[in-house]
Amino acid sequence: MAIFSLSKEAKSEAAIEAAALRSDRFRQEREPDWKRLEAIVTRMEKGRLRRISDADVLALPVLYRTVASSLSVARETSLDAATLAYLESLVQRAWFLVYGPRTTLWSWLGRFFGGEWSRAVRSIWKEMAVALALMVAGTVIGWQLCAMDPDWYYALFPAEGGDPRVPGASAEALKEVMFGKEGKDGLSVFAASLFSHNAGVAILCFALGFAFGIPPLLLLIQNTTLLGALLWLHDEQGLLIDIVGWLSIHGTTELFAILLAGAAGLHVGRSMAFPGDRSVLEAAAAAGQRAAVVMAGVVLMLVCAGMLEGLGRQLINDTTQRLVVGYAILAFWLAYFFLFHRVPATSDAE
Amino acid sequence: MSTAQPKRSDRRRTLVTPEGIALPLVLASRGTRFGALLIDLVIIVLAVILITAAAIYSGVGLLGMAGKEFDKLEGSVKYSLEFLVILYIAVMFLFRHGYFLFFELGARGATPGKRATGIRVAARGGGRLSTEMVLARNLLRDVELILPIAAIFSVLDGGGVTAWIALAWLAVFALFPFFNHDRLRAGDLVAGTWVVEAPKSKLEVALSTGETAASGTSRATGASYRFGEEELAIYGEYELQTLERVLRENRSEALVAVHEAICRKIGWNPGTGDERAFLEAYYTQLRARLESGMRMGQRKADKHA
Repeated sequence: MAIFSLSKEAKSEAAIEAAALRSDRFRQEREPDWKRLEAIVTRMEKGRLRRISDADVLALPVLYRTVASSLSVARETSLDAATLAYLESLVQRAWFLVYGPRTTLWSWLGRFFGGEWSRAVRSIWKEMAVALALMVAGTVIGWQLCAMDPDWYYALFPAEGGDPRVPGASAEALKEVMFGKEGKDGLSVFAASLFSHNAGVAILCFALGFAFGIPPLLLLIQNTTLLGALLWLHDEQGLLIDIVGWLSIHGTTELFAILLAGAAGLHVGRSMAFPGDRSVLEAAAAAGQRAAVVMAGVVLMLVCAGMLEGLGRQLINDTTQRLVVGYAILAFWLAYFFLFHRVPATSDAE
Repeated sequence: MSTAQPKRSDRRRTLVTPEGIALPLVLASRGTRFGALLIDLVIIVLAVILITAAAIYSGVGLLGMAGKEFDKLEGSVKYSLEFLVILYIAVMFLFRHGYFLFFELGARGATPGKRATGIRVAARGGGRLSTEMVLARNLLRDVELILPIAAIFSVLDGGGVTAWIALAWLAVFALFPFFNHDRLRAGDLVAGTWVVEAPKSKLEVALSTGETAASGTSRATGASYRFGEEELAIYGEYELQTLERVLRENRSEALVAVHEAICRKIGWNPGTGDERAFLEAYYTQLRARLESGMRMGQRKADKHA
């Protein structure tokens, strides 16, 4: 107890001693590390990766842990609010970098094609089945409606001026559209604009799935009803196989992509309506990330479809060849999605 | 300040890193996010206008070089024109869908608009922000932004009941951040992300290492400030932080007021003219006392504790 009964003088000596605060010494000792981390983080945030030396890149995770432990210690020993605030925000900035999206575009593409895309597609097979059923139903409905009353064709397929594809059109007129030599100029422009339009529709189809999946259902049915009407029209003139070829060369890819977009939207909607034992937020996030991978693929498929429609269909003028190309590509997609089972080594989704 | 405080604290969240360190996080306010979006939209619109102008200019230039009507073009000029149109379509598509993706995948997790307003995208719940998340949150922008705007125009156009219904339905998406506690927009919900204030850090100088603070002796007057145990014992950590803030803000009226309050409390006779030195010395010695208490496992939250 003697120590507490020191004279007033000895007490003030102790105060001076203590004035060189231990927490300040702690800060002074570690400040160079903090400043170095801050400099590296600032440069990385500015995106000047090339200006950062390898030593700094290697030092980042180490410094991050050093500064994080400084923060833990400071919280227990220091009452310097400015230092604590600085350390908190510095650790957070470094954390964003250490645990940020550190994949480069190339490595992400590698994993995407190397299994993640096909895995994501497989994981929504139930929704794909629903989407397929709807598309088939839409086609049948479109056909049946027109077969019952040809006036339906005009309702479903408002013909633009000069479009020869109307009920009662002659086989020659229809053939001219499918095999004609007209309009071969500017094919690549046609392909690009097709892609841009279709990708927009597909993204919309997916985004609307957020509303519990109802809008993509309607979109899928509505679009395939047109298909059914078109098929019926050509069947009337005995040209069914030709229109199938004309549509298949790009349609196998394009309709598949639209099917996937609708299925991805349904997947998100379904996960939110029936989250199972997870919270709605968790279920939506998990489904959304899976669906996003599918959608990235959909955009790529639509690029292919646009090129096939704009170039391939116009250059290949024979039904058999069109069918072969269309279904070979479909077989490729199916094999890639359902037979290709490599599990990616690492994933940044974890 | 006291009025802004509760609003801000409503936006506070805690993030726990894999190392087990809890970090405070502040969600971005809706106003800030709207501002960021406006900046980005202005950038996009300006870029689109510039690119369109450049495309038209070079297209006209090509035609001028050929010196012919468009229909009679052939050969290389025609292919160059075609290429130009394709490039234009591709760039437009990339701008519409790729702008946000590109920037949010960068190290700062923020578009130029978000950077300017000091916010960024982060994974909800403290995980890694993945490419999939950024993709997902940006795929929904059409429904949240472009469709509602289109709906507004169709209502203004006299679209009737259907247009109003469509607008009401789409407004649910556009106004989604107003319907949930975490200010998530629909894209955030689906992606598992949220938008937070980007941490900014600047290390302030230590107040307790200055000459006056460390020695307790005022350079101006030579007065030596030493406080005894009972004079320091009356305050806790909360008062220490208040004192630190007053010292950093360094407004003379506040210094005088605080100086007077402390002197009254500890029974000193408040002089004038040397308030800052007094307060620095008091701050340092109070901190020393409280910190040594901390080391012994005794914390004093405030003067009532």
